[in-house]
Amino acid sequence: MGKSIFENDEVLKRELIRCMKCGNCMAVCPVYGAEVKESAVARGKIALGEAYLEGKIRDKDLMNLIYNCLVCKSCMLACPTGVKYDKIILALRHKLAKDLGKPWIKKLAFWSLTHPSLFDKGLKAFSKMQGFFLEKRGPKLRAPRAFLRTLGKRFDESFVLPEFASKSFRDITPEVIEVPNPQSTALFFTGCSINYLYPEIGGDILLVLKKNEIKTLIPKEQNCCGMPVMVHGDIEKAKELAKKNLDLFERINPEYIITGCASCGSALKHEYPLIFEVDQEYETKAKKWAEKVYDITSFLLKVIKLKKPKAELKLKVTYHDPCHLKKAMKVWVEPREILKAIPGVELVEMKKPDACCGSGGSYHLAYADTSLKILQSKMEDVKNTRAEVVATECPACMMQLGEGTQRYKVNAKVKHVISLLAEAYRRES
Amino acid sequence: MLSNAFINACVSLLGEKNVLTKEAELIPYSYDATPGIPREIPGAVVFPETTEQVQGIVKLCREYKVPIYPRGAGTCLSGGPVPLSKGVVISFQRMNKILEIDTDNLTATVQPGVVVATLNAEVAKYGLIYPPDPGSMSVATIGGTVAENAGGLRGLKYGVTKHYVMGMEVVLPTGEVFRFGGKTVKNVTAYDFTGLFVGSEGTLGIITEVILKLIPAPKYRKSMIAFFDTLEDAGQTVTDIIRAHVIPATLEIMDNMTIRTVENFAKVGLPTDAAALLLIEVDGNGKDGVEEEAKKVVEVIQKNRGKYKVAETDQERDNLWAARRAALPALAQVKPATVLEDATVPRTKIVDMLRAIQEIAKKYNLTIGTFGHAGDGNLHPTILVDPMDKDEMARLDKAIDEIFDAALKLGGTLSGEHGIGVAKKKYLKNELGSSGIEVMKRLKKALDPDNILNPGKLVPMED
Repeated sequence: MGKSIFENDEVLKRELIRCMKCGNCMAVCPVYGAEVKESAVARGKIALGEAYLEGKIRDKDLMNLIYNCLVCKSCMLACPTGVKYDKIILALRHKLAKDLGKPWIKKLAFWSLTHPSLFDKGLKAFSKMQGFFLEKRGPKLRAPRAFLRTLGKRFDESFVLPEFASKSFRDITPEVIEVPNPQSTALFFTGCSINYLYPEIGGDILLVLKKNEIKTLIPKEQNCCGMPVMVHGDIEKAKELAKKNLDLFERINPEYIITGCASCGSALKHEYPLIFEVDQEYETKAKKWAEKVYDITSFLLKVIKLKKPKAELKLKVTYHDPCHLKKAMKVWVEPREILKAIPGVELVEMKKPDACCGSGGSYHLAYADTSLKILQSKMEDVKNTRAEVVATECPACMMQLGEGTQRYKVNAKVKHVISLLAEAYRRES
Repeated sequence: MLSNAFINACVSLLGEKNVLTKEAELIPYSYDATPGIPREIPGAVVFPETTEQVQGIVKLCREYKVPIYPRGAGTCLSGGPVPLSKGVVISFQRMNKILEIDTDNLTATVQPGVVVATLNAEVAKYGLIYPPDPGSMSVATIGGTVAENAGGLRGLKYGVTKHYVMGMEVVLPTGEVFRFGGKTVKNVTAYDFTGLFVGSEGTLGIITEVILKLIPAPKYRKSMIAFFDTLEDAGQTVTDIIRAHVIPATLEIMDNMTIRTVENFAKVGLPTDAAALLLIEVDGNGKDGVEEEAKKVVEVIQKNRGKYKVAETDQERDNLWAARRAALPALAQVKPATVLEDATVPRTKIVDMLRAIQEIAKKYNLTIGTFGHAGDGNLHPTILVDPMDKDEMARLDKAIDEIFDAALKLGGTLSGEHGIGVAKKKYLKNELGSSGIEVMKRLKKALDPDNILNPGKLVPMED
């Protein structure tokens, strides 16, 4: 059995030398666009990786720069030689985390992710006492209290985030939802954001699946997809989570797996086969299940025949492409088709719909200045469309965009594509 | 190492945000897109935004005897911006304002950090274009492309960067600001300074502003692709197209090795047994004129036994171009690294040059795919290597020596558009002779007596 890129420096080196340093990635990198310096962009990080492997540098500055990346994969689309940057950045972070360690707060968070029942209890406990840390700013909206502002730049007066649900989506949902004549059976992989922060999106997805006669399975024991730990280089924990999820899929054996979160979808479809490279047993499983993973919009249009909603939803909508959906899952036509299928919806494209929103999971907390700069230009593009709704298909983007509408006074509501479809169905009856 | 006093002076001149000194921030400024050349991590990187600031930096560098390495986007293919000592890199990427677009005089006045594609997007709003279109145009800066006299796909019909520079402002290595040229079409005042500074590779002065010529965007275009069983037929087609007095905007050639690799990689439906293909596009402002030129090209192709396809729609045009766009990506899949050369010959010698490259590939047991701008004789032999294979890298060096020899023997030149930098300095004497080297040294010494500006590049001072 060969060694994987995460275990062997030579394998990593072989990926690094594929970069010819042409610099084309500068044209599309959101971090470079905001910071205008070479360390921001993929080729710079690859050069840093080379220097690191040669033993020329190994310090906190290096760590800061290697983590200064949204892993949005925009550079991979612009790369003329097909450098596998996604693999490279994970491998470099993995090596750095082993060499230099992670901050304790992240360690704690990651440890809890791999202990789902504790993670679940912890978040629920937090939801009960969130008022101590977060004050109410509107329906289902919270903002950090003043004493938290010392935690970092991002926790300023304008920062808002969705309220933590007191009951998670999987708590309030049966594990099997039957329909009279099912077209197909699908497992709904909820992901943590929908489960804890946006349970109403979970409800909308169920409604849409029911309307389209899909028998849906929502097993309570599904885990975090592993993306958050993976992008921080903790490949071991990511594998642990991935194995649990893959074993669950094996056991339940659904026809399809559906996601409503671009990052979860990308993890299941692309990152699982990648992290299990050379682990024959799980690589085979990962590849097998990757084939059956669909984001909810492609599932509705490609796998089954969408029941077109009849009720009207008179709205001007613009669509934001989540990076993990467009650049990893290669889905950008279907969400637009779903929007266009809703009577009354007028889809207006913004200037650069596939420009990253600057969220990047926890990137927006660690690199607040750059994240906000990226978000600001996104919000200007949204504003210029004069749309009433900015629709997208990723809870992390929704959080970031939602905050952007408040911070930059943009008069648009942020919605999941499927929530609009669900709303149209609801109006039928 | 740069002294603290020098760094502090830079910070008070530009502000902390515009001076990088941490090792990790400096490493990404130690290269450009040229493989296998000597390089050094600079001592600092500075980001000026005004001419006065550039002047201030030059004065500081003179005072503290610090070498200066000007840099645009670092996409150069000959080592132009690569530091060779712990000097200071001046990055122009934050000095990137389009100062004026003059739609009556058809000029654009820009700061050096403006990206070529950004300028083109702006002038397109007025139905104008800035024609030089190097492969790196989505990121390359005007300052860098002017300093390297960059070419591109449209060179045959529209010329290269030097044909579009009307005037400039430079900061001299001795610290003075020097402006010349302007918006007039005609200008014979004094020496032709644009000719001196365009392509000077950052060795004579630092470009701080450029006045560029714009032209109306051609309204009509027609693309076609042609396949040939022999290299000779393809070469004769190139010659006959020009003889028929058609100057295509694009006249690209691809050899069999490249065709096979592209087809294998991109499956765009290319005949893998063809010895060569030509991608041709004619354009202009009159529909009939363009149609007539396209007809003439087709006749030439037929006469030379070529099979061809003409694009009737934009979608079909895109499909034809997909083959050309896939050339480099496809070749890059074969081996870990690609070395892209740009030896250039008179267009009547293209077939001889292609043959010579194929023989060199055989002799040194290397994989070389050649594509390039047939219309202007500018070929891009792309050598595919594994940098970890020491033996292959040694053969690569010998092969490159012979490629340049072959180009010069055919009456060509070392570089059509990539520049000399450090990569080709050792061959310079073969083309220019001792007297040429002497002229270069005298020019360099006259303008940069302390050898402070991009030392070690272009001019072989040690010869």
